[in-house]
Amino acid sequence: MLTKRIIPCLDIKNGRTVKGVNFIDLRDAGDPVELAKQYADIGADELVFLDISATLEGRATTLDMVLHVAEQVNIPFTVGGGISSIEHVNDLLKCGADKVSINSSAVKRPELVNELSNKFGSQCIVVAIDAKQIDGNWKVHLAGGSIPTDIDLFEWAKEVEQRGAGEILFTSMDHDGTKNGFANEALAKLSSELNIPIIASGGAGNIQHFIDTFKEGKADAALAASVFHFGEIPIPKLKKALKNNNIEVRL
Amino acid sequence: MKLIIINYGAGNIKSIQFAFKRLGVDAILSNNSEEIIAADKIIFPGVGEASTAMDMLKESGLDILIPTLKQPVLGICLGMQLLCKSTEEGNTKGLGVFDTDVKRFSNNVKVPQMGWNVIKDLKSDLFSGIKEGAYMYLVHSYYAEHCTQTIAKTDYGINYASALQHDNFYGVQFHPEKSSIAGEKILNNFLKL
Repeated sequence: MLTKRIIPCLDIKNGRTVKGVNFIDLRDAGDPVELAKQYADIGADELVFLDISATLEGRATTLDMVLHVAEQVNIPFTVGGGISSIEHVNDLLKCGADKVSINSSAVKRPELVNELSNKFGSQCIVVAIDAKQIDGNWKVHLAGGSIPTDIDLFEWAKEVEQRGAGEILFTSMDHDGTKNGFANEALAKLSSELNIPIIASGGAGNIQHFIDTFKEGKADAALAASVFHFGEIPIPKLKKALKNNNIEVRL
Repeated sequence: MKLIIINYGAGNIKSIQFAFKRLGVDAILSNNSEEIIAADKIIFPGVGEASTAMDMLKESGLDILIPTLKQPVLGICLGMQLLCKSTEEGNTKGLGVFDTDVKRFSNNVKVPQMGWNVIKDLKSDLFSGIKEGAYMYLVHSYYAEHCTQTIAKTDYGINYASALQHDNFYGVQFHPEKSSIAGEKILNNFLKL
């Protein structure tokens, strides 16, 4: 049976990990390659690198980082953040990224999803969607959740599926950083209305939250950052707990 | 050991090259017929969509060359699918090495299948030292139907051939280069065939 995936997310600036990471003995906690290797060793199923570099030079360094990660890490990884062109995606895939995730650029120009999936295949195109509820309706937000739009989450998700997205990474801005659990109701709706995998993001605080997002939220994968980076939820313990709750995971 | 990765278009073949590098073997990327014929081992990777990939093979005459190869050949993902008789993706005729057809998953499962699934009923030296039920990383929307050449089985809505073998030709639907330690073991086994 296909297993549920656990995905640590690493923020990258100028080729270095930015958020403090403190879960295991690392010589250099800012080195994304060393960190990625550690995560692969303890059972992470996949990794996501989010490039938050503000400059072109920073981006170029990230490309170099992608090459080093691909060289040394034996599990799949996705790179996202500021991607808006075919050339940029081509560069990332050529350097060994397995998938890329696009977000605001797809909202600004939805044809980009078609162009990328036609050229590189749906399997490597993840569309990330940040959304929060406004008057009870889920609305897509841009620029890391800071700019609201009038676009409905579910309509947008269905549109990008039709345009060729291979996967949806849905972050609930209402839940992100709260550690109160994932947006399971919205996730379950996405999962039932779409026929591509859905990654849950935003709100992980304890092991039960992961159990809930797989059972109630019907998520195919769950992504988190700080709970993994600070060792609050050790991945081996999490996966064992999932298994004990009859959720298929890779052990 | 001269290991060639057939390079016939865009796509992530860097990961395969890196995986062999971790095993201490420098794989050469090539689409040159003479170089390919002279290799000890050959990797036939997959790139994107089937009909486009087949067109790229035809452009360089590789569609004629590949089925005639005598050394061990490992098709990965779409590479394996192109070695079959046909695929529903773009209604493409395959190279016909494997005696089976490739179909699209039905919509009662999420498509693509993306993630880690198990391989079972392992029947080949390629899987020497690999446990029944080992986890492999898969990303695909089309699957090969079982035939007498099936050497590994996987369940995803349907039970299908996740690996095939015919004489010196091996094919795996999963990505051994992305399947952690077990995947590396399979690549190492291939080097020893």
